[in-house]
Amino acid sequence: MTSLPARTEKQLGLVIDLDTCVGCQACVTSCKSWNTSGHMAPLTDVRPYEDGADGVWFNRVHTYEQAANGASRTVHFPRSCLHCAEPACVTVCPTGASYKRESDGIVLVDEDKCIGCKLCSWACPYGAREYDTEVGVMKKCTLCVDRIYNQNLDEVDRVPACVAACPTGARHFGDLGDPQSPVSQLVAERDGVDLMPEMDYRPTNKYLPPRERSACNVSDAPALEPVAGGLLGWVDRMLSR
Amino acid sequence: MHPALSVIFFTTATGAGYGLLTLLGLAAASGLVVPDRWLGFVALGLALTLITGGLLSSTLHLGHPERAWRALSQWRSSWLSREAVAAVVTYVPAGIFGIGWLVTGRVDGVIAIAAFAAAVGALVTVYTTGMIYASLKPVAQWHSRFTVPGYLIFAIMTGAVLLHALLLLFGNDARGAGTFAALAIAAGWLWKTATWRHNDQLTLSSSANSATGLKDGAVRSIEWPHTEENFVLKEMGYRIARKHAAKLRRLVHLLAFAVPLAAIAVALVAPHWLAVLAACLAVVAQAPGMVAERWLFFAEAKHAVTLYYGR
Repeated sequence: MTSLPARTEKQLGLVIDLDTCVGCQACVTSCKSWNTSGHMAPLTDVRPYEDGADGVWFNRVHTYEQAANGASRTVHFPRSCLHCAEPACVTVCPTGASYKRESDGIVLVDEDKCIGCKLCSWACPYGAREYDTEVGVMKKCTLCVDRIYNQNLDEVDRVPACVAACPTGARHFGDLGDPQSPVSQLVAERDGVDLMPEMDYRPTNKYLPPRERSACNVSDAPALEPVAGGLLGWVDRMLSR
Repeated sequence: MHPALSVIFFTTATGAGYGLLTLLGLAAASGLVVPDRWLGFVALGLALTLITGGLLSSTLHLGHPERAWRALSQWRSSWLSREAVAAVVTYVPAGIFGIGWLVTGRVDGVIAIAAFAAAVGALVTVYTTGMIYASLKPVAQWHSRFTVPGYLIFAIMTGAVLLHALLLLFGNDARGAGTFAALAIAAGWLWKTATWRHNDQLTLSSSANSATGLKDGAVRSIEWPHTEENFVLKEMGYRIARKHAAKLRRLVHLLAFAVPLAAIAVALVAPHWLAVLAACLAVVAQAPGMVAERWLFFAEAKHAVTLYYGR
């Protein structure tokens, strides 16, 4: 059913720290590596070594310049499915292939029911869904549903591949429906935000904005204070002539 | 948005087909049209050919056309599914109406009820088509009060121009149909002009700031995640040159509205042979005009995801 569950038992999702992300693309390649043989396999590549290379990826890292208050900084920005509470990509699906799980809130595609009409990709403002031209179905992030419950993996590895790969700890996984969970507390502490809240899709994933770095914004060296007495005082007086 | 030919053909052809079916159904049920068997055969045949051709074209662009039947299942939430259901259901009264007209040579009783039901079904189907686009929040030009009335007006308008030509070709009195077609074209012209004016003054509620959650200052895309166009950009990142858009809009003004309106005005006062020619000219001019209108409907629509790419 493409009607949405009234509420989900959990709201599993990611918290992405834009302060610590260094844009290394490890989450991107780790995601591709795991998922091309996972639940939505394959993540088809088309002409990977030629002009016009294309292919299916669930996670893409953009880079932006943010210019504010007379200074600017570089922000690396990973973009993937936000597993929204009100995902229009699910409700527009005519076949029931797209669905939101009542147990944990993960948004998935049943590849056997998908007719490849692409309307779900039009309904997503975040560009999370990518069509597989070879298989003829829509594909998207599964929040590594085949890792997080996988009894064959060590418990420490039961997190999405992107989270496991991040070398700077910029990606966090947990239940954002539980206000006591570490991820919810991190969001509260760092004033995490929703992307495009005006769309009313109520994304589960949150983004932590970069911290203020006022000291970095000063471009001139500070003025020297005069030194009184002693050898250093004499040197200061000599150099100040 | 990428202007895919299959969807442009689908929406314009089914629009004209359902518009023609609506007007035929209403006119025949209320006795405004003489139930001439040949007129019924050709007019209903044309309407159903346009509808069926459009629907087939829309299924051909699917990744898995053989699973298209599944699209009938999610009418509770999906406008696309509702469109599929409405389209299939409308065939039933349309079939009774058509067969009844051809076999009995009359449109009364059950056949008149079927004709009326076919007209309602056709309008409902066009309404659902409009709602597919109007319900998409990420595309501001579509998520507007102009979209659904636009689809309904253009369906009736193109259907009326076809009906007017058919009535004249079969030697019927077409003054009523001609007057109605002229009014429909005027309504369509006004509506399209108002829609374009609205879209040109549109301020988007989303920005690069809200898309990235970086609230302060100017956010500028300095590097994309990929060096070539990906699915998202191919499907939703289409950009039309402003110069071409202005030219195409002038072409739409001319072919979809001005020429058909003038031709039908001529047909209303001219002798029969000239009226037939003018009515056919209206059809021949309006078809490419509406294809250009629909091409612009897609090409000029900006999807919110393009904000991530600095577009």
